[in-house]
Amino acid sequence: MAKQHVKMTVNGKEVEALADPRTLLIHFLREDLKITGPHIGCETSHCGACTVDIDGKSVKSCTMFVGQAHGADITTVEGLVNADGSLGVIQEMFREHHGLQCGYCTPGMITRAHRLLQENPTPTEEDIRFGMAGNLCRCTGYQNIVKAVAHAADALNAQKEAAE
Amino acid sequence: MARDEFEAERTTYNFVGTRPDRPDGIDKVTGRARFGADMTAPGMLHAVILRSPHAHAKIVKIDTSKAEAAPGVKAIVTRADFADGLDGENWNILENVMAGDTALYDGHAVCALAATSMLEARDAAKLVEIEYERIPHVTDVDKAMAPGAPVIREGADDGSVPAGMHPNVVRYHESGHGDVEAGFAKADLVLEETFKTEATHQGYIEPHACLGHMGTDGKGELWCCTQGHWNVQKVCAALLGTETSALRVTASEIGGGFGGKTAVFIEPVALALSRKANRPVKLVMPRADVFRATGPTSPASMDIKIGMTKDGTITAAKGVFRLSGGAFPEAPMEFSAMCAFACYDLENVLQMGYDVMSNRPKQAAYRAPGAPMAAFAVESVLDEMCNQLGLDPLEVRLKNAAKTGSKASYGPRFDQIGLVETLEAAINHPHYKAPLAEGQGRGVACGFWFNHGGETSVSLMLSEDGTAQIAVGTPDIGGSRASMALMAAEVLGIPYENIRCVIADTSSLGYNEISHGSRVTYASGLATIKAAKDAVNRMCQRAAAKWGIDPDAVYWEDGYAKPSGPNAGEFDPMHITEITANMGATGGPINGHFEATPEGAGVSFGTHIVDAEVDPETGHTKILRYTVVQDAGKAVHPTYVEGQYQGGAVQGIGWALNEEYIYGEDGSLQNALFLDYRVPVASDLPMIDTVIVEVPNPGHPFGVRGVGETGIVPPLAAIANAVSNAAGVRMRQLPASPPRILAALKDRDAG
Repeated sequence: MAKQHVKMTVNGKEVEALADPRTLLIHFLREDLKITGPHIGCETSHCGACTVDIDGKSVKSCTMFVGQAHGADITTVEGLVNADGSLGVIQEMFREHHGLQCGYCTPGMITRAHRLLQENPTPTEEDIRFGMAGNLCRCTGYQNIVKAVAHAADALNAQKEAAE
Repeated sequence: MARDEFEAERTTYNFVGTRPDRPDGIDKVTGRARFGADMTAPGMLHAVILRSPHAHAKIVKIDTSKAEAAPGVKAIVTRADFADGLDGENWNILENVMAGDTALYDGHAVCALAATSMLEARDAAKLVEIEYERIPHVTDVDKAMAPGAPVIREGADDGSVPAGMHPNVVRYHESGHGDVEAGFAKADLVLEETFKTEATHQGYIEPHACLGHMGTDGKGELWCCTQGHWNVQKVCAALLGTETSALRVTASEIGGGFGGKTAVFIEPVALALSRKANRPVKLVMPRADVFRATGPTSPASMDIKIGMTKDGTITAAKGVFRLSGGAFPEAPMEFSAMCAFACYDLENVLQMGYDVMSNRPKQAAYRAPGAPMAAFAVESVLDEMCNQLGLDPLEVRLKNAAKTGSKASYGPRFDQIGLVETLEAAINHPHYKAPLAEGQGRGVACGFWFNHGGETSVSLMLSEDGTAQIAVGTPDIGGSRASMALMAAEVLGIPYENIRCVIADTSSLGYNEISHGSRVTYASGLATIKAAKDAVNRMCQRAAAKWGIDPDAVYWEDGYAKPSGPNAGEFDPMHITEITANMGATGGPINGHFEATPEGAGVSFGTHIVDAEVDPETGHTKILRYTVVQDAGKAVHPTYVEGQYQGGAVQGIGWALNEEYIYGEDGSLQNALFLDYRVPVASDLPMIDTVIVEVPNPGHPFGVRGVGETGIVPPLAAIANAVSNAAGVRMRQLPASPPRILAALKDRDAG
């Protein structure tokens, strides 16, 4: 099958490649770009382990072909660290509040939380539970994930206040 | 190993019981952690397994000629590419890993191929022509043991089965004590009911994945997500006909297991393809294959009969447990039977189990295998009896609770146990006293799990700067890298942050049994403590040599070697860094080691309280409040312990309300994806309250009991009781999904 030319920005870097048009975006990220933070749990868009941020939206990257991401601006969990390599606020809160056990769903959870807290910077517990309902976790019962997101919201708001 | 060597010896701690940062935190929040599918190798091929679409079929012909000619295909394997002449469990595993002449369930592996890309492998898989001849199948456990059911495997009975039973019944268990008939005669109320639960899947989010490379000389390397890489090594070597030590296995970071990654499914296939192609092969299971061909629990069908006097004393209890482990003889029916009444101190108890083969995938362990369904049945009958006699369900459980010294329903006498303490904590918890609104119901239940020790080997290596590395062989499925470092810090007297615990590969440490049976914090923890003490002894010897005194006159405290008293001499305490800095010149590297099969695991009990609301229009159940009370012996890192309690409870909520294997009339699995196999999501759940009870386990130096499994034993029962009390109709089949609840309400209203 003829290869398709694709070009996109991933974690702030421009990438360009020739890909089989049937390649799913998650496979392109993991196999071609060796960005293995986004994980595959189902390939049917149910589990959310492959969640990335595309042009300001949370997207399950097994849902789309690589060609559909042509020209897009993509952020994965790897792109959420600060410029100096230290943990971003949401990553720090997940680490500190044990918002993970096995860690397999974590990159998708954090990437989804990153977008959720921009959609709604002051979420209630219920807002967080519904806002994260597309991401499955089998270890934690979601308890510490919900707490980590709530703490991240507080920390981000405090940062914003301090900046103002 | 003698029990007394492990007598409890500490009651106050500097590190154990604190809540430091998780050692795996940064790796897991940045994407740096490497899971099963994250490893690559130069020249790597991608593999696909072809699976039977039929529940039961003769494999007439496999024609691979077109696939072999397809672009990129480098190797194709069938059963002929594996060892022959195996017997026992190795034969069963091979029979499951790659079908012989018959496909035994929907999803049974039949053939596999490897190609230079995943897309090429998937394309080529469509070109393999497999001719099947369908034969009659059976997937229901009760139907599989009824007269006329198709026989899965002739002669599989292990000799324990009573005469006259269907050949699909392959193992029988019976245990108990006293005279149950005499006990029932003394009761004021005798209740006998039948219960059913469907199979569920562990539902780990990471599919099974591995990367294997084996040369034609039989030497190989394997990277895989597993709960036990020495077991993978042993099984793969047997199935490929090579020596165990020729294969080195490294365990990846593991994305959930819950028992399901104790079994071997795909690793021998990747290695067989690799040996044929002479290239590394990566094999990752699609989610549908994970559902169809790995894991599930056994469906269960159970009869429970209990006698009780008016004051709530249980006079006798009897249970029959029929479980199917799929097309293989291994359903954990004896665990169902042995755990069923283990919470109670009974004069008369009898339990029987039947292991039944059917056309389902080979069952694998799932958190306290066999126990949750038995607890559901037993605790439902107790709840109903309390309702009928007007008794408080927790007080009745307290009245009958097993205590230290009680004769367990399954035989031995209990050592120091904490069921009474969990019940008292539950009775005094604000949750139990909180009022309920109209349409809401409360359920309670107790649960038991054995816990396990198992073969264990640990090494501890000191570095010249006084920091330490621990090599353990039990993959970290519940936070063991943190708990090992805490326990070692306690012995060495150095900061937790100065200790790094890693999971060693099979060539770097002695044999370690799988991370199962809630054994890791207990057994690897015990071995870590002993290995640290071994290193401490060596450091005391170095200090003694430097001071010119007897090693027995030196003791270790808070990171220092110290002379034991004025008679030993006047010397300044010697810090660990002083000893390790010069260790090359004072006798060589200082390491500690310990290996044993410890047998004092210490059983564990829990009591759960749950409030639920049932919508009579839709049959939907909402969990309003949930409290877990469980004995941890000693919680090494309480946050991880709470995490185990919360996770177990939520998996139980899924099992109780929604999760089930649904087989069609044709014997194929109807819901092999997360859309239709519905695990709980964040918006389904409340916060789960946890109470850690600590009744020390005398078999561990710090009193630790395993905590990973007990937490899933009470939820099915507690939720079924809450739902039954809310809806006003007894739910005797799980999951209590909306259609089942609506049907039960309709039946009740129809009288």
